[in-house]
Amino acid sequence: MIIRLQREDFDPERAVQAIDVKGSGARVSFVGIVRDTAAGAPITALEIEHYPEMTQAELARIATHAQDQHHLHEVVIIHRYGYIERGERIMMVAVWSAHRAEAFMGCQAIVDALKTRAPFWKKEISPQGSAWVAGAMPHDLG
Amino acid sequence: MITVRFFAAVREVMERDGARYEAPGATVTANDVLAAIAGARLADLPRPLLVAINREHAHLTSPVKDGDEIAFFPPVSGG
Repeated sequence: MIIRLQREDFDPERAVQAIDVKGSGARVSFVGIVRDTAAGAPITALEIEHYPEMTQAELARIATHAQDQHHLHEVVIIHRYGYIERGERIMMVAVWSAHRAEAFMGCQAIVDALKTRAPFWKKEISPQGSAWVAGAMPHDLG
Repeated sequence: MITVRFFAAVREVMERDGARYEAPGATVTANDVLAAIAGARLADLPRPLLVAINREHAHLTSPVKDGDEIAFFPPVSGG
């Protein structure tokens, strides 16, 4: 498992090319980027805040859970924080498994869990000002 | 002593990123600590509110003890 939290951009292909996972027949990856609009209005950038000491641990819990549930051989999660302009990469998840079904489902499970469990908060910045993005409640904490 | 941390919109309403709280002898919950620290600002805090105890998701009704780190924050939006 590789988890990276960083301000700077990353190269998605370089992040996975050196990883040699024996027995894997599938790799699925997802890259999230900053949309140029929010609710139809243009935005300039996102400012992402996080809880550094918890983020690393929570991402590891999310990755471990997905590995167990979907028989993943390896997981890479990279997530940026700080000021990120529209069109830039925010995060990526890559997973390896024996077959494609586990890889697709495992990658989606991790991305979905990030939305509700990983302690990041996004503020959308536009020419009109800034506003927090409404988050989602984890199903077991509602 | 309990370490309390605030993030995102909660930090903005509280106008600080954390506090220290001396736990009384009796059992207290995360919500008790928040109410004691927030005072009149409690009604202004965004809802729903999430809590983490020692860097793991917990509930507002979860008990806390001396030495714990409690964080209060709005629902998250990672990814």
